[in-house]
Amino acid sequence: MVDTTQSQPDAARPGASQTASEASETTRASEPLKHYVNKGPFDPNAAVTLTPEQEEYYLASQWVLMWMKFKRHKLAVISGVYLVLVYLSIAISEILAPYNFSHRHTDFLYAPPQEVYWFHEGSFVGPFVYDYEVTLNMEFLRSEYTEDRSEPRPLRFFCTTSDYAGSDYKFWGVWDANFRIVCPAQNSHFFYLGTDRLGRDIQSRIIQGARISLTVGLVGVIISFVLGMVIGGVAGYYGGWVDSIVQRVIEVIRSFPALPLWMALSAAMPVTWSPILVFMGITVILGLLDWPGLARAVRSKLLALREEDFAVAAQLMGAKPKRIIGRHLMPSFMSHLIASATLAIPSMILGETALSFLGLGLRPPITSWGVLLNEAQNFNAVALYPWLLYPAIPVIMVVLAFQFLGDGLRDAADPYK
Amino acid sequence: MLGYIIHRLLVMIPTLLVISVFVFIIIQLPPGDYLTTMVAELQSQGEEISRERLEYLRREFGIGEPLVKQYFVWLAGLLQGNLGYSFEYELPVSDVIGDRAFLTIVVSFSTIVFVYIVAFPIGVYSAVRQYSPGDYALTFLGFIGLATPNFLLALILMYLANVYFGTSIGGLVDDEFRNAPMSWDKFLNVLENLWVPVVVIGTSGTAGMIRRLRANLLDELHKQYVVTARAKGVPPKKALIKYPLRMALNPFIADIGNLLPEIISGSAIVSIVLSLETTGPMLLRSLQSQDMFLAGSFLMFLAMLTVIGTLISDLALAVLDPRIRLGAEVAK
Repeated sequence: MVDTTQSQPDAARPGASQTASEASETTRASEPLKHYVNKGPFDPNAAVTLTPEQEEYYLASQWVLMWMKFKRHKLAVISGVYLVLVYLSIAISEILAPYNFSHRHTDFLYAPPQEVYWFHEGSFVGPFVYDYEVTLNMEFLRSEYTEDRSEPRPLRFFCTTSDYAGSDYKFWGVWDANFRIVCPAQNSHFFYLGTDRLGRDIQSRIIQGARISLTVGLVGVIISFVLGMVIGGVAGYYGGWVDSIVQRVIEVIRSFPALPLWMALSAAMPVTWSPILVFMGITVILGLLDWPGLARAVRSKLLALREEDFAVAAQLMGAKPKRIIGRHLMPSFMSHLIASATLAIPSMILGETALSFLGLGLRPPITSWGVLLNEAQNFNAVALYPWLLYPAIPVIMVVLAFQFLGDGLRDAADPYK
Repeated sequence: MLGYIIHRLLVMIPTLLVISVFVFIIIQLPPGDYLTTMVAELQSQGEEISRERLEYLRREFGIGEPLVKQYFVWLAGLLQGNLGYSFEYELPVSDVIGDRAFLTIVVSFSTIVFVYIVAFPIGVYSAVRQYSPGDYALTFLGFIGLATPNFLLALILMYLANVYFGTSIGGLVDDEFRNAPMSWDKFLNVLENLWVPVVVIGTSGTAGMIRRLRANLLDELHKQYVVTARAKGVPPKKALIKYPLRMALNPFIADIGNLLPEIISGSAIVSIVLSLETTGPMLLRSLQSQDMFLAGSFLMFLAMLTVIGTLISDLALAVLDPRIRLGAEVAK
């Protein structure tokens, strides 16, 4: 239990306020002894009664304490909020994007990013773009884009029109719709991050790609989390030969360089599989190979915890192993596991990106950040069309956010320290 | 010590055996085999492969036999140094793989050296000057290094190296040396081209290493013996280098086990982007064309590299840190 007597100043206790020196001074003066008597009833619990603030802290549950500790890690909180927003955005990707992500603007191949302006010839117009004038450079065989500065093309917000190319979409691939948060002026264009080889708007594709890229990480981690918990739990609780076998398997998997293994496994998926099946396959592969780290963490925690008194007590009372692990041991190290799992997500997102980049991972029409980066595979892309590298920015940001969040969670995981 | 080495070597055998089973399963996973693919391709081009040759290939490599038998044929070949036959290159695998394996080792080794050289001073600086602007800047850089996909860094650095230093794009050697025998000039040329992949592959490893060294050194610096040393008036430099640094070094060596798979993974994708003549690009090709013996050999080779690297790091650790009780595992 928490020791509260130290934090309570002595004076709070009735009758204990006089110090020795004061007492000796009063006797020398031979005046009637002035002393204070507390008329209130004697409260034997005075020393252990908590002030409301103390109560809030000392009686808080483990999870509340963690939350309090986590809140102090500003960067982690910001990252957490950012991640929540990004994950929420994948529910409404189509609405956030200005274009249908697979629409091909055949007149605008490799169009560079369009700049957003606020002032046209000195007067305020609001956010707008200038139309592109396309000329074909026959010498280098590429289109060249110049801004037509004569007329501003204001962006529209919360539009439900179908008066520009690529405006209609199927929400979640099911419902026809054309509502968007932002869209270009009538018959105009708004390529904020440019277009790709087939004239598809990169911004819309990045927003759409988030759906797949982020899901891969999350589902993969759930798979590896379940596997790691079950396998690590069994190994740690039973010990003995089960433990040594699991240990060997973990060692073998960990000594394999991850990427070549992923490459081999995803290359093993039949070409006849539909893209959606490949997507699931990739997710499972990433999850299946990631569990050793988590299993190891579970195992070492369990080995330590099962010797604790409360575990022995539960055992003596006749609890079954399943109950002891699930009810008594798991809650004690769940927070650590969640922190480790958070730190495992980035490697999955990066793994998917790398595989798709190599062309071994997801295949079009499924769009993920890795699939987008696949377009930027050669040297020309960096030199001529650097905007093809934009999909890397959300990858880096999401991975960073997960790192910070994981760091914060790990620090908060043990609130009693 | 000798007993410990022998014990470790013995443990390696089952590990490698299990890995070989894994590898074999993986290369058998894709439906069909190279011969079927090849025959289909030839037929679509209106060509025929002679039945005898097909039969010969089939018999030679045990294709169509039960899997278990195929595995043992393959394993027996591996043990005798016969890695099989690359269908695509129509050469024994060992001939195809030779140079590339060597270059992979060169790249990986240089990367480890790079990681150590860079991570060590930065990690020490970050720990000693904790929460200084320099520490924050380096920590931030480290995080970016961890978060950036390797291949992206490769693309960008390759571009910059070409624009600003005129280093040739792709490959470890310039064209003039490509088919030349190994010479001093060629060696220098390789070194000149090596830095881009080494930096790229090493970035995330370096970032991780810096963070771990910093954390370890910070732990040590707050211990009582350091306080005592300072109180006694030991000069700050000596109070840092003499004990805490030595203690914080252990994870540096023990970490090779983590670092090596990471580096080999990284080098696979980076060498594909930079088209280095290491195992990466060829592994990718062989996987795509189902050239199974070649792919299998590469996977085995990479796994073996990691296992041996881990062994070396464990041995080094045992030599450097007498507190690690040798054979503790045996006794348990």
